[in-house]
Amino acid sequence: MLSANDPQRWPRLGWTLLALALLWPALHLSELNPAGLVAGDSARAMAGFLAGFWPLAHDLAFLALVGRATLETLAIATVGMALAVLLAAPAALVINRALSLSALAAEGRPGPWGGLVRWPLRGLLIVLRSIPELVWALLLVRALGLGPTAGVLAIAITYAGMLGKVYAEILESVGPAPARAILAAGGSRLAAFAYGLLPNALGELLSYTLYRWECALRASVVMGFVGAGGLGQQVELSLRMLAGGEVATLLLVFVLLVTAVDGLSRILRRSLGVGA
Amino acid sequence: MTVRRAGLLWLGLAVLATGWAFHYLALDFGGLLTGAGRDAMRDYARGFLQPDLSPAHLGRVGQALLETLAMSAMGTLLAVVLGLLLALIAAGAPAWRAVPARGLANLLRAVPELVWAALMVLAVGLGPNAGTLALALHTTGVLGRLYTEALENTPATAAEAIRAGGGGRLAAFCYGTLPGVWPQLLSYGLYRWENNIRMASILGLVGAGGLGQMLHIHLSLFQEARASTVILAMLGLVLLVDALSQVLRLRWVRR
Repeated sequence: MLSANDPQRWPRLGWTLLALALLWPALHLSELNPAGLVAGDSARAMAGFLAGFWPLAHDLAFLALVGRATLETLAIATVGMALAVLLAAPAALVINRALSLSALAAEGRPGPWGGLVRWPLRGLLIVLRSIPELVWALLLVRALGLGPTAGVLAIAITYAGMLGKVYAEILESVGPAPARAILAAGGSRLAAFAYGLLPNALGELLSYTLYRWECALRASVVMGFVGAGGLGQQVELSLRMLAGGEVATLLLVFVLLVTAVDGLSRILRRSLGVGA
Repeated sequence: MTVRRAGLLWLGLAVLATGWAFHYLALDFGGLLTGAGRDAMRDYARGFLQPDLSPAHLGRVGQALLETLAMSAMGTLLAVVLGLLLALIAAGAPAWRAVPARGLANLLRAVPELVWAALMVLAVGLGPNAGTLALALHTTGVLGRLYTEALENTPATAAEAIRAGGGGRLAAFCYGTLPGVWPQLLSYGLYRWENNIRMASILGLVGAGGLGQMLHIHLSLFQEARASTVILAMLGLVLLVDALSQVLRLRWVRR
């Protein structure tokens, strides 16, 4: 590419060399070695494992197991989301600025005392959502033992952090005028929320909650890998037993489940007239 | 009015589904909040309150942090190259080329990183190599699809002009197509890198290197204080990446 017709050739060469100099230690640290995939023993073991993918495991006992695991995954995602919404909704009401009484007097800028409640709660939500759900799940599995309880709580904790923040942002993004009018006329904050903010924000709140439910479903599959129940736990067991056919069936069910939930939430959104 | 009725219907269904889910899982939260369960939880949580900040441990955590960053960078870079390759095969191509390339991208994308990581640990053994390959595989699928769309949406006139002027296909791509599309390719790549940094920190939970593997080891040995330091490092990494990406986005993304 170092053609003499290229006026940018020296800067380009310089940037490339700089990038290589930075990436060299990264290559070393990551121990990247794709050749390991095709080398000797591991390649043979892997080939045997992959060959086992076909035929798919389809005996009735296993399919019943998969069915139960799928239902468990759906239930984990749903209960986790329900708990997350229960935690996030009050938090969002507290931390959003649109319902602040002191802000009413000071042109939308909340007073210092409200901040004493708002900022610690915001910080807590940040910590809840910034520790990955898989880590929460692992911590809870150590405390509560294997099973869906850890998965449900992990989703509830992480998603409460995400939903709380986004709910508050949505409430702040709809026009504040109706809520301010209700507050200024002496209405309670709950009335200002219910009649001033909610009617305009409801569509977006629902649509985001649905989207997060889809994410929770995917997360609950993955969390099974650390023992938090559902399909993931089954995938992990089958992987450990090198049962290729079972792994293939489970992956297929996983993909179908995600696709089905995607479709379901699209239908829901359309019938509620929210989002795309 | 129909929207309201549909809303009530769906709300009822959602409540029913949630009730069923609670019932199905037979959860027992009462045991967590009372008696021995509560005491055990409290003791467990207390173990995390005093993170191990000794220099030796911090050094190891730092090493794992660098390993995590390196895994994410190399995995993403490999995926950028492979994804671009897939996109070049698929974009605007006849079906015999486009269909298999798109199918491959969809397959790679459909399997989550963590599942790839578990597979790669089986294939190449424990360690960061497995994690890097897992990130590369999943991200190749994601970027392959995004890059295909980006290439198909780029006006072909410049490339056609070079071809008409007698330039080769490589020259047409490098000087005709690439200058228009590379900011988009780069921003997709950076966006996936951001995702992959977060992902790289947890892939280790199935043995694929980085901070996650360290966390898994310390938790397995009941060393809560040491595990706590690792969690703090993960938290710091996520917050740093979030802050950086927000700053960069405000500066460079044009709307």
